[in-house]
Amino acid sequence: ASLLPFRASAAAEDAIAAFTGGAEAGSGGITLTAPQLARSGAAVPVSVEAPGAVAIALFATGNPAPGVATFTFGPLAGRRRVATRIRLSGSQEVVAVAKMENGSFTRISLPVTVAGRGAARQAR
Amino acid sequence: MADGADPRVKLPASAAPGEVITIRTLISHPMESGQRKDGEGNVIPRSIINRFTCAFNGAPVIDIAMEPAIAAAPWFSFDMRVPEAGEFRFAWHEDDGSVYEVTKTIALA
Repeated sequence: ASLLPFRASAAAEDAIAAFTGGAEAGSGGITLTAPQLARSGAAVPVSVEAPGAVAIALFATGNPAPGVATFTFGPLAGRRRVATRIRLSGSQEVVAVAKMENGSFTRISLPVTVAGRGAARQAR
Repeated sequence: MADGADPRVKLPASAAPGEVITIRTLISHPMESGQRKDGEGNVIPRSIINRFTCAFNGAPVIDIAMEPAIAAAPWFSFDMRVPEAGEFRFAWHEDDGSVYEVTKTIALA
């Protein structure tokens, strides 16, 4: 039962399209790290890296509001990498989209299973 | 302004020219999402840190726009190439307009 396919909501796809300006995002050149199974959704550690990215946006496709954060790198950024902790209202797919220096986009998604209930309430 | 927001930054005291360092930041803040209700069913108003910036000698390193899905006590780890000795300015912007600032210096090793 835990292997049901995760589906990105229409709201999440709209939020992603707002970031890409409607451009199709490719794949590759971006890595997203998150636990497969999070005991709580209140603070799930995620890390994203995309060499050559000027900005990376994170989306929690199953949250009531899918936007999580947008990281814009300045010229002094070293590796184009950020780690943070996010709220997930339940098991869902986390999506990262990078805007590259040439204006193209690349995306990656990762399913995260959230165990426990109290977390969902906090995350909402 | 949230009570007791306590911004903290960890970075090395010195670096070789061109070295990439890791910067870690944390601010104590509840990041009230605006989606929770109190015991009487009233929505608790949203109150979050919505933006974080780091600049070095006036040049941007990273600019982060945050939504309520960033966990309470927003924590970030990111990297920066150190071109020279100088001063960092870190700023956390709250929904109510409050800004919490921290400055740090780094020397060349």
